[in-house]
Amino acid sequence: MKFSFEWLKYFLETQASVAEISARLNAIGIEVEGLEDPAEKLAGFRVAEVLTAGPHPDADKLQVLTVDTGEGDPVQVVCGAPNARAGMKGVLGLAGAVVPANGMQLRKNAIRGVESNGMMCSTRELELGDDHEGIIELPADAPVGQDFATYHGASPIFDVAITPNRPDCMGVYGVARDLAAAGLGTLKPLRDDVTPGSFPCPVEIRTDDAEGCPAFYGRVIRGVTNGASPEWMQQRLISAGQRPISALVDITNYMMLAFGRPAHVYDLARLTGAVVARRARDGEQVLALNEKTYTLDPSMTVIADDNGVHDIAGIMGGEHSSVTDGTTDVLLEIAYFNPEQIGVTGRKLGLATDARTRFERGVDPAWLDGGLEGLTSLILRLCGGEASDVVRAGSAPSAPKIIAYDPALSARLGGVQVDEAEQRQILAALDFTVSDDWQVTVPLRRHDVEGAADIVEEVVRIHGLEHVQSVPLTGNVGVARPTATPAQVLERKLRRAAAGRGLNEAITWSFLPPAEAEHFASGNGGLWILDNPISEDMKAMRPSLIPGLLSAAKRNLDRGATSLRLFEIGRSYLRGEGGMSGERPTLGVVLAGEKTPRGWAAGKAANFDAFDAKAEALALLEEAGAPVANLMVMDGSGDQFHPGQSATLRLGPKKVLARFGTLHPATLAAFDVDGPVVAVEIFLDAIPARKAAAFARTHYAPPALQAVTRDFAFLVPQALPAGDLLRAVKGAGRDLPWANIVDARIFDLFAGQGVPEGQKSLAVEVTLQPGEKSYKDEEIKAISEKIVAAAAKLGGELRG
Amino acid sequence: MSELETIHNDAQARIAAAQDLTTLEALRVEFLGKQGSVSALLKTLGKMSPDERQAQAPAIQALRQSVTDALAQRKSVLEAAELEVRLASERLDLTLPAPDAPRGSVHPVSQVMDELAEIFADLGFAVATGPEVEDDWYNFTALNMPESHPARAMHDTFYFPDTAPKGGRMLLRTHTSPVQVRTMLAEGAPVRIIAPGRVYRSDSDATHTPMFHQVEGLVIDKGIHLGHLKWTLETFLKAFFETDDIVLRLRPSYFPFTEPSVEVDVGFAIVDGKRVLGGSGDAAGHGWMELLGSGMVNARVLEMSGLDPNEWQGFAFGVGVDRLAMLKYGMDDLRAFFDGDVRWLQHYGFSAFDQPTLSGGVGARS
Repeated sequence: MKFSFEWLKYFLETQASVAEISARLNAIGIEVEGLEDPAEKLAGFRVAEVLTAGPHPDADKLQVLTVDTGEGDPVQVVCGAPNARAGMKGVLGLAGAVVPANGMQLRKNAIRGVESNGMMCSTRELELGDDHEGIIELPADAPVGQDFATYHGASPIFDVAITPNRPDCMGVYGVARDLAAAGLGTLKPLRDDVTPGSFPCPVEIRTDDAEGCPAFYGRVIRGVTNGASPEWMQQRLISAGQRPISALVDITNYMMLAFGRPAHVYDLARLTGAVVARRARDGEQVLALNEKTYTLDPSMTVIADDNGVHDIAGIMGGEHSSVTDGTTDVLLEIAYFNPEQIGVTGRKLGLATDARTRFERGVDPAWLDGGLEGLTSLILRLCGGEASDVVRAGSAPSAPKIIAYDPALSARLGGVQVDEAEQRQILAALDFTVSDDWQVTVPLRRHDVEGAADIVEEVVRIHGLEHVQSVPLTGNVGVARPTATPAQVLERKLRRAAAGRGLNEAITWSFLPPAEAEHFASGNGGLWILDNPISEDMKAMRPSLIPGLLSAAKRNLDRGATSLRLFEIGRSYLRGEGGMSGERPTLGVVLAGEKTPRGWAAGKAANFDAFDAKAEALALLEEAGAPVANLMVMDGSGDQFHPGQSATLRLGPKKVLARFGTLHPATLAAFDVDGPVVAVEIFLDAIPARKAAAFARTHYAPPALQAVTRDFAFLVPQALPAGDLLRAVKGAGRDLPWANIVDARIFDLFAGQGVPEGQKSLAVEVTLQPGEKSYKDEEIKAISEKIVAAAAKLGGELRG
Repeated sequence: MSELETIHNDAQARIAAAQDLTTLEALRVEFLGKQGSVSALLKTLGKMSPDERQAQAPAIQALRQSVTDALAQRKSVLEAAELEVRLASERLDLTLPAPDAPRGSVHPVSQVMDELAEIFADLGFAVATGPEVEDDWYNFTALNMPESHPARAMHDTFYFPDTAPKGGRMLLRTHTSPVQVRTMLAEGAPVRIIAPGRVYRSDSDATHTPMFHQVEGLVIDKGIHLGHLKWTLETFLKAFFETDDIVLRLRPSYFPFTEPSVEVDVGFAIVDGKRVLGGSGDAAGHGWMELLGSGMVNARVLEMSGLDPNEWQGFAFGVGVDRLAMLKYGMDDLRAFFDGDVRWLQHYGFSAFDQPTLSGGVGARS
């Protein structure tokens, strides 16, 4: 909300400077977002008189003026304005001044060969209006040489943010009241003009909707002249950013901006029959002042006559009965509307207006008569006419809230000790009434004050929050105790493990384009799709972390990156039980491009493959404390992955801890990425929690005897998974108590020459750990036979 | 010249002249091998009478010793020379690059969240979480913003078409404050938590992104007042920025879920074109920067969270995590946080080993 210093001082008797007022406004909760001093903009412009005006020798439309600047010799100025003439007074900008409208700095120059020492200005150039037809003409008594800002009465403009709980400050007078309470001056009393009616109100005024419009006061004024409003009013409206329109319209705007009191003025000639506040009929339409037609429903209150709707109550008036230059008789409306209902109507219609903002937050229910008299008085003074009796339909809420308050609460809740006397003084200055036993009666306009905490806020903000002293929290003596949950510890550990493995952590949007989300949808109840996304590309909540990372990889590749290792720890947004959210903590990894670049030692670049994804999945699961040795590699990674180069890691057949592998070419095509790209997704909530809470590890002493290794090469069916062979080999010695196979690893895989069609050769290095005694030859032989037999069960045959 | 002398001279000369280990080995065989000339002389000792032997033996033994020594000495010289040749041939150009190891990084937002957890743990705050796809009741109603509340309009809320189980719409949480309510309902009082996480507002320009990160703080106990709030925020900011020069300004404000509500500004100066926290905002060359919103938890919120406001009171605050990261670590474009540009991640990201600790300082210096 904007207002000029001059306007504020019209309501507040104060010696305070602009800076002092600004600081105090901030201190009492009226944040000053901007402070504009038109005098600064008008620096270098002064009142000047044109002494002579003659034609330019070299241009038809230009004149050469001699101008009296009030000091020294007259200066020569070239001017293109048709109204420039000898004897007139105007505004001259001298060299060095900056034209407010375009930021151009004036300097001495020659225009078509004639020296010009300045510029005579139009209202538009000085941002004082829209006129650019000619230069400003000042009255004959304007003092030549005076600084124009001083002459013009340019007043600094405050731009303040009024929080939604303070509709009482959505007018300059309310701001002045708060400042006065804060000791920055004296609030001037409002004029209490009362205009007795000189004839009965010729219009029936009714409210048929006591809920939506509890009170509707009105009267008629006949014989008005709707010209331009006076300069003082126009200046104030302009300072508030409101364009002056006509006296009647300006007066209602002035009532709203000065007192936070929206009002409406109808052209009586356009009304027929009774004027009634009622619910709209379903489908009823009104052409509003913004030239848009709104379709209404019965949840909305309107002001209507026999012919239809003239006003969307409390939000916007109708075009049909709006006042014009030719208006002579008017009906004034001052009403009290139900704040909640105004909000609902405004949201439904998508219509935000200054009136709605105030009615929705709550205008002063105690100032209906006052507002109507103020409005009457302004109209009579500025437009003339004769007022009817006042008609009052219904009544506004009038029961004040009374709050039992304990003055000790300012210290107990607000953290600052304020004398009881000062508390009383503060509350009184804000129009609260305080009884001897601290029953506080709240002024009706303060809809925001509901309880003792609100009274504390009033006391503390006016007393000054700068008096609040820091007080340490107690109860935390000694070394801080751990606070992180196991899930938080897991995420932190995995994040640093992944970064330690050379992966870069990204944070990508939680939203995706619907097509991309659909591609990764898991099908458990569908995606979460936003009703009002910021763009189509940010409409669906991600069901997986891979698509966001894949898009990030694509952006990097498009920028010329050759190798990408991205990860993210975040949530996948799935459907939960009972319509609630089912968010899964997830770790995603995308590896794209080159695993190793071409180099002098290794030669060609190598791309990532599915085993790189497997390595990340296992390494991170190991860090997460998952029982990696017990995991099964199974199918079921999902359609987004290459069917032959991807898998899930499961603990038991149903519990999927992770999926990994090469992404499906169709996935890459859908994301427009050149492959191959491999990816991992780890479902953090599926990782079993570690049970052992103790710090001590299980007992371990390194064996005294050295481990023994033996190599076996088996011919096995081509389709046999190597993992099955390894599992069989590891389990082979189970019935020989002394055989201790501690490891088995594949060190060669071969198919082709020398290996029969349909088979492959797998070479396995088996590590045996002797216990107390070294193995005897026959023991090794017995183990070897068991291993060979185990392989044979899978169709394996020891190679000669 | 005796035979011994001849052999001695011959052996010494040829051993000294041997140019490689093969020649040297041949000489060893020639002199000391089974058929060697020195060996042959040694064999003659056996056939001698004791007197002869006594006379001859020392000279013959001495010859054998001198040949053996000469061979050993020459061998070590030749071996050293050979090693030198081999080493010279094995020289590597170590200006060639070593294999690259990929350099991973932790995102600044994660780093800052870890820092916050560390600082607040020392003040006794646990870390709480809640859903991001939230229900109208937790995001608004329980926070004293009923359906028609004008403040709802300030939240630029993203809505889903789905109806929430408790009525109202499902939505993306607009702040981390619903976690307050969830925590109080689940755990009762006293409470000391921070709740960091993603929040969403339908807003996008140079300084706003539709998704950003916030951390909520909540203390509920007996006798908690604005002074405790001020101390907590000062203590936190001093620890986070690792400076004692932090000056706060409290301004009255309005949030439906706190009463009184306080906007907290922090003083800063412009140094080399960047805002550096420190000093009073009223000092010359300084200004105030709006940093966080806070206040005493509204009695209605306590009631809806199952607590008796006559018994418990406390404060809550909320601050942008991305904003804190930018202020501390000097990023100036919020949108870059969520782009995943690996150049940016590597420049502004942190080493895995920059784990914040109180003893090492929670911040990681560049």
